[in-house]
Amino acid sequence: MPDYPLSEKMAERLRTPSGLPFEEVTLEAVMAGRVTMADLRLTAEALELQAQVAEQAGRPQLAENLRRAAELVAVPDEEILAIYNALRPGRASREELLALASELEARYGAFRCAALIREAAAS
Amino acid sequence: MTLSKRSERRAARPIHRDSFIEEWFEPGLVISNSPGDPEPSIRIEAGRVVELDGVPEERFDWLDRFIARHAIDVSVAEEAMALEPATIARMLVDIHVPRSEVVRLVSGLTPAKIVRVVDCLNAVEMMMALQKMRARRTPSNQAHVTNRREHPALLAADAAEAVERGFTELETTVGVSRYAPLNALAVLVGSGTGRGAALTQCAVEESLGLKLALRGLTTYAETLSVYGTERAFRDGDDSPWSKAFLASAYASRGVKIRFTSGSGSEALMGHSEGRSMLYLETRCLMAVKGAGAQGVQNGSISCIALPESLPGGVRGVMAENLVAAMLDLELASGNDAMASHSEIRKTAKLMLQFLPGTDFIFSGYSVMPREDNLFGGGNFDGEDLDDYNVLQRDMLVDGGLRPVAEERVLEVRRRAARAVQAVFDELGLPPIRDEEVEAAVYAYSSTDMPERDVPADLEAATALLESGASALDVIRALARRGFIEIAQNILAIERLRISGDFLQTSAVVLPGGRVLSAVNDPNDYRGPGTGYQLTPERRDEIARIPQAVDPRTIGAAPADEEPLLVECGPAQPGRQTDEIVIAVGPAFGSALRETLLGLPHRRVLEALIEGVRQEGLEPRIVKVYSTSDCGFLGYQGAQLSGSGIAIGIQSKGTTVIHRRDLQPLDNLELFPQAPNLTLDSYRVIGRNAAKYAKGEPVLPVPVQIDNMARLKYIVKTTILHRRETEQVAPGRPAEEVRLA
Repeated sequence: MPDYPLSEKMAERLRTPSGLPFEEVTLEAVMAGRVTMADLRLTAEALELQAQVAEQAGRPQLAENLRRAAELVAVPDEEILAIYNALRPGRASREELLALASELEARYGAFRCAALIREAAAS
Repeated sequence: MTLSKRSERRAARPIHRDSFIEEWFEPGLVISNSPGDPEPSIRIEAGRVVELDGVPEERFDWLDRFIARHAIDVSVAEEAMALEPATIARMLVDIHVPRSEVVRLVSGLTPAKIVRVVDCLNAVEMMMALQKMRARRTPSNQAHVTNRREHPALLAADAAEAVERGFTELETTVGVSRYAPLNALAVLVGSGTGRGAALTQCAVEESLGLKLALRGLTTYAETLSVYGTERAFRDGDDSPWSKAFLASAYASRGVKIRFTSGSGSEALMGHSEGRSMLYLETRCLMAVKGAGAQGVQNGSISCIALPESLPGGVRGVMAENLVAAMLDLELASGNDAMASHSEIRKTAKLMLQFLPGTDFIFSGYSVMPREDNLFGGGNFDGEDLDDYNVLQRDMLVDGGLRPVAEERVLEVRRRAARAVQAVFDELGLPPIRDEEVEAAVYAYSSTDMPERDVPADLEAATALLESGASALDVIRALARRGFIEIAQNILAIERLRISGDFLQTSAVVLPGGRVLSAVNDPNDYRGPGTGYQLTPERRDEIARIPQAVDPRTIGAAPADEEPLLVECGPAQPGRQTDEIVIAVGPAFGSALRETLLGLPHRRVLEALIEGVRQEGLEPRIVKVYSTSDCGFLGYQGAQLSGSGIAIGIQSKGTTVIHRRDLQPLDNLELFPQAPNLTLDSYRVIGRNAAKYAKGEPVLPVPVQIDNMARLKYIVKTTILHRRETEQVAPGRPAEEVRLA
């Protein structure tokens, strides 16, 4: 089981998406240009650990949300904004939403997010 | 009808500016138990909810469908729904039933059933339940930081002061939406100053909000609004699914979120569908839970005056707070909008969240004056900070804040304003002048701030957003200009995005970048002596408000001063029938030098002497050592007086006119309220004493009445009287004395 808080108890296992170890994200590294904003993000692995923490604490919905989030790590900001907007009322047809779901699945393996979008399409 | 003068006075009180209405079911103007509310019911087929609160699956609206699918644990539902509401209500207040068991059962309840449960509880029981059910053990608080002029130096200074005062989350917003990047930046810089640990957010339109968070200019978001009916949701331009997706989107970038809901919003939007506010809010909260949000801000929020216009409104708002906690959600419990014109009513409302404690007692305590609060003003604002600290101290309740000395406040304000000045300079934003920095340190409100070039600021804000500038640029700018500790503090929070630790329920970041949440600080309340307890250090911190003085310094006389009275040997009974004895207390003119009101003992004695002499009699002063009691001072003096009349006076100024044949605690006239006595009063006391001796008719001494005297002086009275009592020498006879 993950040991929470990860930043204190499992810091050595944490990495930024570009592979930089968590403990090397220091002011010196920032000043030297070794850290970019893209580093100040979680990996899908870290989100999975947090999902396990939430599950262990008896919070299945939060865990599910964190697992959906893990699927979105690889999805670019603009695409995320576009999906969000498509999900808002009256923006996209049922077919468009279903297509969006399939695309998310195919390109990013985002099965949980796709299921959520399909559910929205059916509503 | 002619009003009585008393009614006229009452009608002019602030409470009469609040709106009060009777219940009206159709538009949803009712707190709970609307005839339009459904009966609780659930039907489960093959692990699937096919009927929810009387509605079959084929007639589910968005909320029914979302709640049925995501917010009800079907493995618990039949067990939990079979229980009487009162049985579950009793579990909420029963210290032998752990929080986890209540959470387990509630996860199987429908919205209508949850309303039935909390409707069994009175306000005190709800507080007991909230104390047990809130998710995080340690209570905390969130601040609003905004100003009308959107002045960056003032925003940074206010943010820094808020963090110093103990707020763990800072929420800003904009008057003009284009300011958002600059406001977020200024608050971020302030949040890293001084104690330097707080999450920050900027309440703006969803996609702009997400953009700021992605850049690291904010670290959490809160204004993800949900509604209790489908039509209200549509008007809010969202659905449960879009909100759930948004929650995941924020989490994927390591940004904390909580949702927002609150009773009254559906009625206000015209879409209550005849349901009660509490029922609709419970549907909202179950949608929040179903979406997988870790928490919610509720407590009616900006609609607060609407439920407060109805019977049970404040209790209903408390009930919705409780429902959020029962659903195991982080609870930021409102108090962030003006609830009343009446200070009494505002404070009474606050107690429902303040006393039991919530994850964030205020989801926005206005640290500035109300006029600068772009959210409209909180239930408490900047001017009430000292009151709030006193409330914590009075009840030894951790309301999340810490008293801070003025020097320290000024220090962190200046540091933050200078830091944001440097960041603006480094990033090529319109300059912040030194006079703006100084004004931000001492300002009451943004009206005290020098003008800025608004078009230039707005243009720069847009350019900043377009340039892709991020928190790392801010951190680098700070470090380059020597604000190393602020840069470190901000980085300590930003790098937590890599771990996602503050995505867990009820997370706050403490100084040093340590995360405290419901996972590593779970509420384990199980009755007295359990759950959150003030540590001795925290108790001291709460107790040490800057205006508390060391009582040992009150009334202490300078040690090197000569005594006012020269002692001339033990006093003997007088034989002159024209003498009036003035019997002073054992500290008079020695250990103490002035009365409670600050009248020097010499002047008081001179006034008494003058009064006695005006009537042709002769004063004689004795100092009593065997007692400090006013009645006994007068009594002893009267025994020594040739005329049988004496004035007894304590060092704090309380005075009595006594006569030899009266019982010790009887008197001719008593002046128990020393603060009401002036030198003129003492002169008249001297004259009256003489008139009693002459057997002339006497008009009692007129004294002013100050109803607040006891309130103002009781501490000083206690200490001065203690000093006098310390000088008592039992059995020592009175001394004959004269003025030095």
